[in-house]
Amino acid sequence: MKKVPFPQNSDTIVLMNYSKALDILKQSATYNLAKLLHAQAEDFFETLGEMGIRTLQVVKLIFSDLFKREMNWKLVIDQCSRFAVDSLPITLSIVGMSSIIISMQVAPEMVKQGGEKFVGMLMAVVMTRELGVIMSGFAIISMIGSAYASEIATMRVTEQVDALKVLKVNPVDYLFVPRTVAGFIMMPFVVIIASAFGLLCGGVAAFLSAHVSRLNYISSLWQGLYIKDISVALAKAACFGAAIAIISSTCGYLAYGGAKGVGISTTKAVVWSFVAICIIDYIFATIFFF
Amino acid sequence: MSIEVKNLTKSFKGRTVLDDISFRVEDGEILAVVGLSGAGKSTILKLICGLTKPDSGEIIVSPGDIAMVFQYSALFDSLNVEDNIAFALTERKEFKNKYTKEQLKEIVAQKLKLVGLEGIEEKMPHELSGGMQKRVSFARAIVTDPNTILYDEPTAGLDPVSSTMIEDYIVRLKDELHASSIIVTHQLSTIQRCADKVIMLYNTKIVYSGTPQDMISGGNEYTKQFITACINGPMKVAGSEDPEN
Repeated sequence: MKKVPFPQNSDTIVLMNYSKALDILKQSATYNLAKLLHAQAEDFFETLGEMGIRTLQVVKLIFSDLFKREMNWKLVIDQCSRFAVDSLPITLSIVGMSSIIISMQVAPEMVKQGGEKFVGMLMAVVMTRELGVIMSGFAIISMIGSAYASEIATMRVTEQVDALKVLKVNPVDYLFVPRTVAGFIMMPFVVIIASAFGLLCGGVAAFLSAHVSRLNYISSLWQGLYIKDISVALAKAACFGAAIAIISSTCGYLAYGGAKGVGISTTKAVVWSFVAICIIDYIFATIFFF
Repeated sequence: MSIEVKNLTKSFKGRTVLDDISFRVEDGEILAVVGLSGAGKSTILKLICGLTKPDSGEIIVSPGDIAMVFQYSALFDSLNVEDNIAFALTERKEFKNKYTKEQLKEIVAQKLKLVGLEGIEEKMPHELSGGMQKRVSFARAIVTDPNTILYDEPTAGLDPVSSTMIEDYIVRLKDELHASSIIVTHQLSTIQRCADKVIMLYNTKIVYSGTPQDMISGGNEYTKQFITACINGPMKVAGSEDPEN
């Protein structure tokens, strides 16, 4: 028969029970869930803090580069062409398709209710206030934000960022600043082109789905274009562009490990950018339209 | 004096990697740092060039540039060879607009000649072999004529002929620039051909310090195990401990 060691005193029994309870707790789903949530929260606040620090650094560097005339315009122009030209096909597709879908659903209903003359106006308001900017933002995130994140993350895991530091080139100045400036400058242009294309697609869809005449559509379209809406949309676009560039670059910069690290940082960049532009959009809507 | 490391301690997430390490590298001297994987060799280089900060201790480096040749070259893959080599001269604020395009081309050609790679200025890093990438990274490192050069496993992953070539360049660069160098390596040939002094790291400490000749001819039980590549000895590779004990 196997001998069971007899506990020597009550303290030992308490300790044994405690460690056994701890083992059971560690195996429980609740404990693991709490552990996972803790890790997620830690990661969230770490990324948020890092983004705050990088944003301040980038803003400071942009002003100091402009003031000292040390801005690397060659890099800025490279990034500008990438930001606008490379992303334009996908941006036009997304904004155009969204516009067609909305027009196809709204135009027949409005014609039924006798509002044929307001289809263009409605499309103009929807496009300038919301659709053109937010859809372009989503397109830019998927096309440019993810590319920024994966590019910088790869540089990080292959020691290229370390090489920059050893060569005494500030990585934030070299990697973040040109991308942010390009985003800030080019995003409004992308939005103007995409919105114009969206309105055109909306007109065609209104004609095909509800026989809204070209004349009615265009004349009511002008009534829906307000200077305030356009200027707010452009300011919002510039903020979106800068935010996408900073967030994506920061997520890439925080990457570690290998291919998995690059993947995680790219996903993180896309998710954070989506959330950020929704928050910025909400702030703009609250300030200017309430 | 070119590099002096005094009582250096560094830990990552509570795990001490280097504990009270001290050594000295004189002007124009090459020090080889050897040890098992994970012994903290590369950490020493990162501490010297400022990529990471020590927990305690002091690093004194003579005024001038510090260059580093990375284990996997770390060439900027979006730039061609010429832009990679001229990078510090075009992007570093103190050198901006100091050189004309022609001067930059000349400097790049000169450095490429020094590493035996003329005429590849327009090539992208992915078009080069591992050995060539390594030599381009040498050229990039020496473009500012540094007085301290750090090499992180310069011959890792290269064939024996390319390794010998790289070792020759290390010696040549030392002679031409009279720079002090530290080489992190596992290769005995690199130690023999290039180093003036050797230190061996194990378990956060320096367990051997001497000349390559002494290390190979006698040394101590640690260096003997390292040279003979024997599993049995005072050094235990992480994960190789007897599970019974």
